Amino acid sequence: MASAPSKLYADDVSVLVVLLDTNPFFWSSFAFPFSKFLSHFLSFLNSILVLNQLNQVVVIATGCNSCDYIYDSSMATSPSIESGRMPALCSDLLQKLEEFVTRDEHLGKQDSLGPTTSSLLSGSLSMALCYIQRIFRSGPLHPQPRILCLQGSSDGPEQYVAIMNAIFSAQRSMVPIDSCYIGSNNSAFLQQASYITGGVYQKPQQLDGLFQYLLTVFATDLHSRTFLQLPKSVGVDFRASCFCHKKTIDMGYICSVCLSIFCKHHKKCSTCGSVFGQAHADVASASNLKRKTPET
Amino acid sequence: MNNGDRRRVNGEAEEDDDEDEGNEDLDAWERAYADERSWEALQEDESGLLRPIDNNTLYHAQYRRRIRSLSSLATTARIQKGLIRYLCIVVDLSKAAAEMDYRPSRMVVVAKHVDAFIREFFDQNPLSQLALVTIKDGVAHCLTDLGGSPESHVKALMGKLECSGESSLQNALDLVHGYLNQIPSYGHREVLVLYSALSTCDPGDIMETIQKCKKSKIRCSVIGLSAEIFICKHLCQETGGSYSVALDEGHFKELILEHAPPPPAIAEFAIANLIKMGFPQRAAESSIAICSCHKEAKIGGGYTCPRCKARVCELPTECRICGLTLISSPHLARSYHHLFPIVPFDEVSPSLLNDPHIRLPRSCFGCQQSLLNPGNKPSLRVACPKCKQHFCLDCDIYIHESLHNCPGCESFRHSKSAIAGEE
Ligand SMILES: [Zn+2]
Ligand SMILES: [Zn+2]
Ligand SMILES: [Zn+2]
Ligand SMILES: [Zn+2]
Ligand SMILES: [Zn+2]
Ligand SMILES: [Zn+2]
Repeated sequence: MASAPSKLYADDVSVLVVLLDTNPFFWSSFAFPFSKFLSHFLSFLNSILVLNQLNQVVVIATGCNSCDYIYDSSMATSPSIESGRMPALCSDLLQKLEEFVTRDEHLGKQDSLGPTTSSLLSGSLSMALCYIQRIFRSGPLHPQPRILCLQGSSDGPEQYVAIMNAIFSAQRSMVPIDSCYIGSNNSAFLQQASYITGGVYQKPQQLDGLFQYLLTVFATDLHSRTFLQLPKSVGVDFRASCFCHKKTIDMGYICSVCLSIFCKHHKKCSTCGSVFGQAHADVASASNLKRKTPET
Repeated sequence: MNNGDRRRVNGEAEEDDDEDEGNEDLDAWERAYADERSWEALQEDESGLLRPIDNNTLYHAQYRRRIRSLSSLATTARIQKGLIRYLCIVVDLSKAAAEMDYRPSRMVVVAKHVDAFIREFFDQNPLSQLALVTIKDGVAHCLTDLGGSPESHVKALMGKLECSGESSLQNALDLVHGYLNQIPSYGHREVLVLYSALSTCDPGDIMETIQKCKKSKIRCSVIGLSAEIFICKHLCQETGGSYSVALDEGHFKELILEHAPPPPAIAEFAIANLIKMGFPQRAAESSIAICSCHKEAKIGGGYTCPRCKARVCELPTECRICGLTLISSPHLARSYHHLFPIVPFDEVSPSLLNDPHIRLPRSCFGCQQSLLNPGNKPSLRVACPKCKQHFCLDCDIYIHESLHNCPGCESFRHSKSAIAGEE
């Protein structure tokens, strides 16, 4: 990246930051083995690098207890990329990945909180956005950055505010967040992330063909996307998390002062300290009146 | 006040572009005098070449001052984000709006800043609604009905940008009064008039109309583009609004954005309450359903009420079937970083940097940029007081001004639970 400003980038040169879910709780209970998934994933990374020699790939592991950078094609010191010997990428990445998974597992053992099934998506998303800001700083001519979340584990409602913050920052910087969700249900966080930032959300139907999904949908650069028919949204789950129990809810109570969300009625707002007056009844009756007038 | 500060802290390059005095939009010949003394931003380097001053550290020091003043403000400010405001913006499109004392014309300048204002308004008042009214040929027209979608308002205004005839304040107020008088009592009624003309051509007694607005508790404010007019001042005084006259484009922008946060007079007396709301799901792009608002079959988009499963076209709205207030949850979440601000990072002291016995992180935790100066000396950096990770100065600014998450705190489960415990 040091040489970035001197290069002239075409509009189809991309920096792809991949957030790879390594959550052991998910992979151990999932029908599709992690090793098979990795072989599809590595072929995909190689394809990106081959599509344009200026393309850059960065991989951040989203673990259960930590997140870390595990691969950056611009930092690859061995000349293997240029000479076209791909195995270097694989061995580099796999070694770092193994170290990461061991470290992550170790961190989990220190913790007395018991096993958590969600991954720290808010952490890897925040790191990816910091990395992408660095690309923006590299000069007026920079490659087009985008984020791809390869996620399997379910959402962690306690990360709601942090993930929303990251999504809005990505939106302001016009960085699309693509999501390839392989878990069993849909991810409300990733649906919102892709919808708000203009990325693609897809849940592959057949994981045996994962490589094809990755290549046809997620390998396309932002410029080419204007000419392609990418998968349309199958709906967006806009449910939020309540601040009191970190539960995912589709209906709740909003504090009129600070907009905190609660799943049930409280006397006092735990976020801003406001004491709720009688106006609540007022609002309810006013809206009732308004609603009922046409009928009576 | 919140509004001004918020705009200034947006540190990202692309935000700065459109937030700046609009220099980027000017042609070279227009810019010529905008940026006098441009030579002062140059500096001679060792080889005698002229280079722009590296004001990175300068910029960072400014930013740290800003952060400190912000965090002290945050403790005192208590802004009612959830106030439900119903605001009518009246845009004067009489022939006076074609005057070119604002470049390229008053009308274009007004439209540009109304666009920015509408977005800022919904950012600061996610539950509120807005309508656009124009005055042309002495008649007031309703451009958009009260609604919560910034895009539809902006599109309507940009499509109708032509001016002619006289202006009529009374006709505008009569029209607006008709709309605002219907809204539920818990909503706050406001009018913002952007007035280009120096006169008003009214069919009747405007004083009566002003008294009518006062009685309906409609707060009327006016921003003039030419000079102070008695009747506008009188209107604002009577109804409790504010009156101001813009000196130039920059001043106009400032004045209009002052109306984005809820007026203190309203915010102080509003009672805090809990409002029951639903967060509808957005339907698939290919789905077909009959919406309850227009009673038409529509393909794609649309939202489903979580309580009664009725389909509505736009948010925010009140469900026509069950009466539940429906809102898009990301709309609320936009302001959450104010509730849970991240602490300012500490500068790592130079003595620590120069101590050869301490091994400091070699790269920024956020962006992986090397934190070593040429010669392998550790360079200036900041550390998060909670997770102790080190960050470069650029990330420090980005994290506090746009991201609002500490990547270090977010990527460690145990530090996260420690934070949760503190709350
Ligand atoms: Zn709860
Ligand atoms: Zn509150
Ligand atoms: Zn409809
Ligand atoms: Zn309903
Ligand atoms: Zn950094
Ligand atoms: Zn931290």
